[in-house]
Amino acid sequence: MSGGHSTYKPSTGLERWIDQRMPLPRLIYDSFVAYPVPRNLNYAYTFGGILSIMLVAQILTGVVLAMHYTANTEMAFNSVEKIMRDVNSGWLLRYLHSNGASMFFVAVYIHIFRGLYYGSYKAPRELLWILGCIIYLLMMATGFMGYVLPWGQMSFWGATVITGFFSAIPLVGDWIQQLLLGGFAVDNPTLNRFFSLHYLLPFMIAGVVVLHVWALHVTGQTNPTGIEPKSKTDTVAFTPYATIKDAFAMVLFLLLFAYFVFYLPNYLGHPDNYIEANPLKTPAHIVPEWYYLPFYAILRAITFSIGPIDSKLGGVLAMFGSIAVLFFVPWLDTSKVRSAAYRPWYKLFFWLFAANAIFLGWLGSRPAEGSYVLMAQAATLYYFAFFLVIMPLLGLIETPRKLPNSITEAVLGKTKAGAAAVPEGAAADKNA
Amino acid sequence: MSAHDTTEPTRRDFLYVATGTAAAVGAGAVAWPFIDQMRPDASTLALASIEVDVSSIEPGMSVTAKWRGKPVFIRNRTPEEIEAAKEVPLSELKDPVARNANLPSDAPATDVDRSAGEGKENWLVMVGVCTHLGCIPLGQQGDFGGWFCPCHGSHYDTAGRVRKGPAPENMAVPTFEFISDTVVRIG
Repeated sequence: MSGGHSTYKPSTGLERWIDQRMPLPRLIYDSFVAYPVPRNLNYAYTFGGILSIMLVAQILTGVVLAMHYTANTEMAFNSVEKIMRDVNSGWLLRYLHSNGASMFFVAVYIHIFRGLYYGSYKAPRELLWILGCIIYLLMMATGFMGYVLPWGQMSFWGATVITGFFSAIPLVGDWIQQLLLGGFAVDNPTLNRFFSLHYLLPFMIAGVVVLHVWALHVTGQTNPTGIEPKSKTDTVAFTPYATIKDAFAMVLFLLLFAYFVFYLPNYLGHPDNYIEANPLKTPAHIVPEWYYLPFYAILRAITFSIGPIDSKLGGVLAMFGSIAVLFFVPWLDTSKVRSAAYRPWYKLFFWLFAANAIFLGWLGSRPAEGSYVLMAQAATLYYFAFFLVIMPLLGLIETPRKLPNSITEAVLGKTKAGAAAVPEGAAADKNA
Repeated sequence: MSAHDTTEPTRRDFLYVATGTAAAVGAGAVAWPFIDQMRPDASTLALASIEVDVSSIEPGMSVTAKWRGKPVFIRNRTPEEIEAAKEVPLSELKDPVARNANLPSDAPATDVDRSAGEGKENWLVMVGVCTHLGCIPLGQQGDFGGWFCPCHGSHYDTAGRVRKGPAPENMAVPTFEFISDTVVRIG
């Protein structure tokens, strides 16, 4: 749908001069003004824009915080306290940055679940989806390393546990762990390199975001019906329609963000991180940031050995596998119908999956003992079954609901166009 | 590479191969320092061994020394604690291997093999890191009078052997030796 000709018309002499030399205004106009988007996008589709603004907010506050922060184990904790107490507006900038990370993950989870619900990953958008998965991985690495920087107890012990995963790898595990740490335990070299990488990775995210948006603009956006736009009446111009809708959603989202920053700035953090790191004393419960809890629960759910794989390595493999499986979703889902709106069974299993993911998150915050372990094992089983069993099988056995003929029909009334639509219409859409 | 592939390799072919080889070797040669700098540096390695004076540790007492960024427990065990550990049959142990860096890797986890050896059985030197997920166990606690890890509930006995809980292995005994009657060198 982006294959159309450029409709940009330089109106002044200066614009013509630039257009002939480096047509950046043309690119912006074609991508963010005239660019056609489906007319039926709902608010679930505004999170891409929200994520962009969160990335910019994190980079801006982060660059400023780096001017006051000291990446040295002797000084890091105090430099963060100095930001909180002495630096002008430092408390605000730090709370914006730490809560911004949480909000970033809130938005990315909604964005990912929206993709899963509406089948946004299906052909021809596989690369778009995979680029998103890469961004998510980079976000996780960035968030983890950022959490180490204040050098509190949770920073230190979180880093110890997470880097300890790598020691589970047979043969080269210890070597890799020492390579990551720059020593035999989390210490000054670790803090230094994490700071360096924490500063670098957001710019790598920005790079992949450019590719993500590029891929999006080649294939065009999906929409709640999962049917590709077929005629001019199916789409509207990005500006003003999507721009205004995105902007309005951003304002609402920023209100939520501000509520946390001003009223609950430490709600999503852990009090132990206000105790300086002590390598000789472990906190009673080591808990990662909330956005990693589901994966932490999966890690700890594997308490048994599978053949030659002991429980420690098994847990690490399950945890990385739970993210790796996302990359294969475009091929695991065999259904020809995109949107869950027309897939009654998939819709049910999807919402079960969403509830299960939240349940896993809650289990991750509990101690790994007794019935919590059993529940985590059951939830882990469903997590993987959703992708590896339900997705492939459901596409083959499910009878989808009748699809509308077009987006316009879906929006303006399903009864008008009669009974022409059949589920197979979705397959034909791909070639539209 | 050449359009006339029946002929001898040309000078251009040679240049292609030579350039490609230089690029590959050069990329590797440049990449290695970038990886190598990540490894523990000289100052970290210089602290790879420490010496601890244990003359003031009475039976029943223990100290914690910091070695390679990790705590090392040095405990002067009482005769009762040694007896308690000796009485445990190997078959009851979750991890029957000594995990003692000074002994062969398949040495059994008998009390003497966990300790500083014959004549110095009262001394227990081990890395105070729970083998589960790296927490620091608390001393003189737990069901077996040894150590208890507060994170996920692993119990260790008076020889530092895991007896209960999720930890897979006994706590590690590092390379160490008594360089005099009162000084231990660890590492």
